[in-house]
Amino acid sequence: MKQIKGVNDFVVKFANVNGTGSASANHLFAKAIFRMGVPVSPRNIFPSNIQGLPTWYEVRVSSKGYLGRRGGVDLMLCVNPQTMEDDVASVEPGGYFVYDSTRPLAPHLKRDDISYFGVPLTEMCMREFKVARLQQLLKNVVYVGAMAALLDINFSILKDLLSDQFKGKEKLIMPNVHALEMGYQFAQDHFKCPLPIRLDPSINEAPHIRESQHILMNGNTAAALGAIYGGATVAAWYPITPSTSVVDAFSKYAERMRIDPGTGKRNFAILQAEDELAAMGIVVGASWNGARAFTATSGPGLSLMSEFLGLAYFAEVPVVLIDVQRSGPSTGMPTRSQQSDILAAAYASHGDTKHVLLFPATPRECFDMTVQAFDLAEQLQTPVIMMSDLDLGMNDWMSPPLEWDDDYEMNRGKVLNAKALEEAESWGRYLDVDGDGICYRTLPGTHPDKGAFFTRGSSKNEMAVYSEKGEDYVRNVDRLLRKFETAKSYVPVPKVHDPIPVKKPKTKLKLGALFFGTSASPSYEAVEILAAEGYPIDVMRIRAFPFHQSLDMFVHEHDIVFVIEQNRDGQMRQLIMNECHIAPDKLTSVLNYSGTPITARTIADQIRQALKTTSAEVVALHPETT
Amino acid sequence: MSYYKPKFRHPSLPENELGYTVADYDGAVSTLCAGCGHDSISAAIRNACFLSAIPPHRIAKLSGIGCSSKTPTYFLGRSHGFNSVHGRMPSVATGASVANRDLIYLGISGDGDTASIGMGQFVHLIRRNVNMTYIVANNGCYGLTKGQDSATADLGSVGKSGVKNQFDGIDLASLAVLQGASFVARSFSGDKEQLEPLIRAAMAHKGFAFIDVVSPCVTFANNVGSTKSYAATRDNLEVMPLDFVPMREEIRTQYKEGSSQAVTLHDGSIIHLHKASKDYKADSRESALIALQSANETGKVLTGLLYIDPNSQDLNHTLELAPKPLNSLGKDELCPGSRVLNSINEGLR
Ligand SMILES: Cc1ncc(C[n+]2csc(CCOP(=O)(O)OP(=O)(O)O)c2C)c(N)n1
Ligand code: SF4
Ligand SMILES: [Mg+2]
Repeated sequence: MKQIKGVNDFVVKFANVNGTGSASANHLFAKAIFRMGVPVSPRNIFPSNIQGLPTWYEVRVSSKGYLGRRGGVDLMLCVNPQTMEDDVASVEPGGYFVYDSTRPLAPHLKRDDISYFGVPLTEMCMREFKVARLQQLLKNVVYVGAMAALLDINFSILKDLLSDQFKGKEKLIMPNVHALEMGYQFAQDHFKCPLPIRLDPSINEAPHIRESQHILMNGNTAAALGAIYGGATVAAWYPITPSTSVVDAFSKYAERMRIDPGTGKRNFAILQAEDELAAMGIVVGASWNGARAFTATSGPGLSLMSEFLGLAYFAEVPVVLIDVQRSGPSTGMPTRSQQSDILAAAYASHGDTKHVLLFPATPRECFDMTVQAFDLAEQLQTPVIMMSDLDLGMNDWMSPPLEWDDDYEMNRGKVLNAKALEEAESWGRYLDVDGDGICYRTLPGTHPDKGAFFTRGSSKNEMAVYSEKGEDYVRNVDRLLRKFETAKSYVPVPKVHDPIPVKKPKTKLKLGALFFGTSASPSYEAVEILAAEGYPIDVMRIRAFPFHQSLDMFVHEHDIVFVIEQNRDGQMRQLIMNECHIAPDKLTSVLNYSGTPITARTIADQIRQALKTTSAEVVALHPETT
Repeated sequence: MSYYKPKFRHPSLPENELGYTVADYDGAVSTLCAGCGHDSISAAIRNACFLSAIPPHRIAKLSGIGCSSKTPTYFLGRSHGFNSVHGRMPSVATGASVANRDLIYLGISGDGDTASIGMGQFVHLIRRNVNMTYIVANNGCYGLTKGQDSATADLGSVGKSGVKNQFDGIDLASLAVLQGASFVARSFSGDKEQLEPLIRAAMAHKGFAFIDVVSPCVTFANNVGSTKSYAATRDNLEVMPLDFVPMREEIRTQYKEGSSQAVTLHDGSIIHLHKASKDYKADSRESALIALQSANETGKVLTGLLYIDPNSQDLNHTLELAPKPLNSLGKDELCPGSRVLNSINEGLR
């Protein structure tokens, strides 16, 4: 049998039962690889359940530093009898299957094109440990030990990580290390270690990762830190996976970093609201009153916040909303990832509304963009929605370290203080004196007799006086469009990369690919795969809406543009068509909406397929390009 | 708090101790129907703020949607106001009040705005004991959408359409007492003698102060058969009068022993309650509920301060907010800086 080979380049998947303590053992495994300096990207694939249903943990190791999913599994470690049949079937030919051999493997689970490694996990733990809970928990640690031997993981790193993990609970270190050693020893004694797939810290083909001293963190924690550093003082929320950990992390950091030294009291307020309507109402009220406030939610919450988003847009109140997307509609697949709130967020609410969206692709960007969201919301006096997703928000990603410029000043936008009001000859809340569509606002309590006005969702004139005159309404909403135009020069610009040189291109068509957020990593990888096959593809990573004008140009300069995203309806493609006035046949969707993050292989396959079927038509359409 | 002396004033108008005249508390001209009860509430608010000498710009007015929710335009023109969305003013007020604990928050709502679409937010506002005054201008109908019965319309009450209401009305005052509100009152828009001191007391109270004000809708619910018409309300009124003595003022009136109960608020202001019944205790929820229940059963409209917890602790206290308003904190207080971030990075390697 031909076995899969690969140094620092393979996919491992753990098949577990939810609620059995596998998460921390699996994390230990991934973190050890990270500490060895080998690029790794772990992903939790978990059910909407607290205990009992199947859960998986997929770990991609990639010396080239590809952090997206590749597709396929080279080594499966399965301790869940419920899913074993599917798990066996999902291993690539030439791959490896590790299982608990306390009970013999059923004959129908035998494949002759993969290698099997039985470790009697249950039996070993029953023998070694007395307490039932430990017998259960440490099974996970035993298999990590066995994996360490099979894949050549540095054992002392694992031990260090265990002591970090149990700092303060030293009694637990001993049994954990013992379990680790048992697994390691068993594998050494019974199998030929290491396997042809293995780790070697001396090989690393991703200099960008090595040099920048990457960290391993999830996007939600990074966003929470962004809110701390961005000066957020009010957080209002209603629990919903996968956004909950944003506020959890904000709370944890705020309790540490936001205690007033004089009084020991809090320089922040966190309110668990009765629902998402109230969460957004609290943000609107706090922002109206001059505090930096935010909420975090996911699809169903975004729907509930929609009326308030319209109010904030029209009444011009800053709002920061972190949308950690999951599979909808409604409860959809609540613990699975998608990028499917694009249109709902861009045009959230009734009437004519458009909102500023930010699309982070790494934890580092979650941090930076959250800080920026507060500046943008106050500069533009409008809602800013950061579009993260479950994959980015809840999984650990290798990311460039977070950086902070101590000279950063919060940009509070056009707010008149008492002195400015005193000096101003005249003032109208909705007077566009600067011509950028952004007017000067005042905060309650600023001045005894100047600057008070009435904020309302109803039509008004420039002086903030209620008005149902058609002209007043039209002037106002047209100014809001002008403001949206201004936003284009404030939001992060798209990222363009140098094209990959292709020696003998197989096509004369100019190909382009657009993508954003968590679709980016696997897209970069797919583009490299296709370049090697003779298809040069230029790429642009979208980072914000409204779109920068370079996006229009990018589309116009290419014959076929692939829009790679994770939803059924090609929502980003629709948004581009709509906002950039681009003919639909110019943009070809590359989609995945199965709930598990898109893989490089899927992207490459879909593009190959599309090139087969569409290039003839496109050639006919643009004869000058041939 | 900054105090401001207005430069121009009508020579004949009396001034309060800050030098403001009552006209300094005016708003825009009302566009409500002539005779609408809501306009009397606006006038009572204006007078109450004048009498209590509150600098107008230290008040923030918030409302939902409805005729009642429009009224903040018609009083306190020097205060910022926020006409939010239907039924959701409580959340906006909650956010505003935690953002700046130094302002005085005044919420105006309607019975539709509070008892139907806004019921969820209303009870949660009570539960959090947000430091604000919350007035419901209660006319038993949806004025702005042309007179449909609201959830506070009494069973059997007849609206303009002539149809009898078939559902039990929600009694917001009883609900507020039950839910733990720290200040609950009921009044009548036509009774300025009682409404003004109640508003003053509510604004001095620390925590959530609720006033349910029967406020007839002359256009859709002032007909014979409507239990919230001017005539029906006047006929059935059972008033518990009160006086409000702000902390700065000396007590001039002498009250006969046993005839009244004095409640001292956290800022030293005193409320004198003149009891309708000898054993009414304003600091007992039980008293309030029994009195409300028996009034409801006999079709009476019991008005006055029904319940107060003068020692209540508001949301700012519960959240352990630092004394400096959150909206005034600067970079130094908010941003931990690069050194801390570098050590966080270190912990993630
Ligand atoms: C979400 C939403 N639904 C419906 C309306 C329409 N609407 C406006 S005011 C109102 C009822 C107001 O009744 P109430 O609060 O009692 O105020 P009143 O006019 O009686 O003072 C309704 C249903 C709205 N503005 N928003
Ligand atoms: S409709 Fe009724 S509530 Fe509305 S303004 Fe007229 S009288 Fe007042
Ligand atoms: Mg009403």
